[in-house]
Amino acid sequence: MVEIGYSKKVLDHFMNPRNVGTIEDADGYGKVGNPVCGDLMEMFIRVKDGIITDIKFKTFGCGSAIATSSMVTEMVKGMSIEEAMKVTRNDVADELDGLPPQKMHCSNLAADALHEAIRDYRKKRDGK
Amino acid sequence: MLSLASKMGKRIHLDHASARPVDPRVVAFAQPYLGENIGNPSSLHSVGLKARRALEEAREEVAKLINAEEPESIIFTSGATEANNLAIRGTALRNAQKGKKVVASAIEHISVLNPMKELQKGGFEFHLAPVNSTGTVDLGRLREIITEDTILTSIIMANNEIGTIEPIKEIAEVVHQKGLYLHVDATAAAGCIPIDVQADGVDLLTLSSNNFYGPQGAGALYIRPKVKVQPILPGGGQERGLRSGTENIFAIVGMGEAARIAQAEMGEEARRLKEMRDKLIEEILKIEEAYLTGHPTQRLPHHASFRFSRIEGESILLNMDMRHNIQVATGSACSSKTLEPSHVLLAIGLKHEEAHGSMVLTLGRGNRPEEIPKISEAVKETVERLRRVSAL
Repeated sequence: MVEIGYSKKVLDHFMNPRNVGTIEDADGYGKVGNPVCGDLMEMFIRVKDGIITDIKFKTFGCGSAIATSSMVTEMVKGMSIEEAMKVTRNDVADELDGLPPQKMHCSNLAADALHEAIRDYRKKRDGK
Repeated sequence: MLSLASKMGKRIHLDHASARPVDPRVVAFAQPYLGENIGNPSSLHSVGLKARRALEEAREEVAKLINAEEPESIIFTSGATEANNLAIRGTALRNAQKGKKVVASAIEHISVLNPMKELQKGGFEFHLAPVNSTGTVDLGRLREIITEDTILTSIIMANNEIGTIEPIKEIAEVVHQKGLYLHVDATAAAGCIPIDVQADGVDLLTLSSNNFYGPQGAGALYIRPKVKVQPILPGGGQERGLRSGTENIFAIVGMGEAARIAQAEMGEEARRLKEMRDKLIEEILKIEEAYLTGHPTQRLPHHASFRFSRIEGESILLNMDMRHNIQVATGSACSSKTLEPSHVLLAIGLKHEEAHGSMVLTLGRGNRPEEIPKISEAVKETVERLRRVSAL
């Protein structure tokens, strides 16, 4: 049968999003999306010895935008930044037991926001 | 999740614009036409004649609902989409020798706009008539757009997304000054506000059964006597040759009974719903950066539509459904098949990011005044929660 609507896991992460908020003086900050398109994500990371020790997000968007943001924060907390850079949009969708096809592109930007935050962290670190 | 579900109260349906429960009286009335009276109106035996009689009685009731000249002005269809297609393609193609221009308001339903776009591909000239910020058709602009070769203009009587009721009588005057026919899509309006096609000067008018608590799968097109239309579904010649195919007797008989009940009860029900609706608007507008969309007063009595800044409509819908067991609608891009925000919200001048945060509440017979505080609280909680998560 064709999958109808969101998976239980997507709905759980939408209803009870993990790691919502901001980190003051974050080591890395990433922002992707555009309110005109209906999705905007901000990712804040704290990095210690190359490990993501804390991560927070803020998201404007639909159910899957919020759920993927929450999911990615849970996936990469405690991960090295090298490993976290390898987490793809598809990994996030798989971890959520899939997303409706039309959501795969527009509302699955969480991995991109994470990568932006890591790049920002590296830029700051190497600039020092 | 379980604890959440157990905390949830009774389901509150606030999406009557999308689907209404069929009135139990309608079901009881039409039920025999699924069983013992299952005749084909084209058959000449007694059971066929019984079905034909029921079909013609339904036609009379639907004609009365809109004050049509005669029952024969009503052509039954499978629903509003088919009626709109018949009105637009059938009328434009039949009258193409008189002109090649068709006009629709910018807030028409997609089942009006898409047939018009098809006509455009076939060589017709298609113009959109703009609306102002309340969603009311700009009569001055309409007057400029309509020329002698405008054979068909289609205007929605009341918009399903923003509730605005159009000044149809004035529009009909403008259309008929130079143009030929006016089609009015009354899908969202029928059964909610009185309709008089003769007083308003309407040439064609679309109705949907379910919008006044009849079964889904039936609709009708009113065609004023002497207006020329050609069929879009050629076949066995049912419905005066304009809509071939064996009639959906159960749904049509139900539509007739629903029309009769709507006529009898519309006035009182509209007053009841309007009172609840006004209270709901008052409460929801107390939320920071909440705005009413559509016309503040010239709107359907059961219709309340809003936009909230910094949050997105599909999230609103999900939270209202999952956390509060209240079903609402949105014109957000994320909820649509095309991933484009509602053309109606863009037509009233909202920016894309504003159109994303829309919520439409449509009350109906099942709603009770005591639900209003719960609904208002649920909306407040939803907006606050999503804003806490929001990056804007």
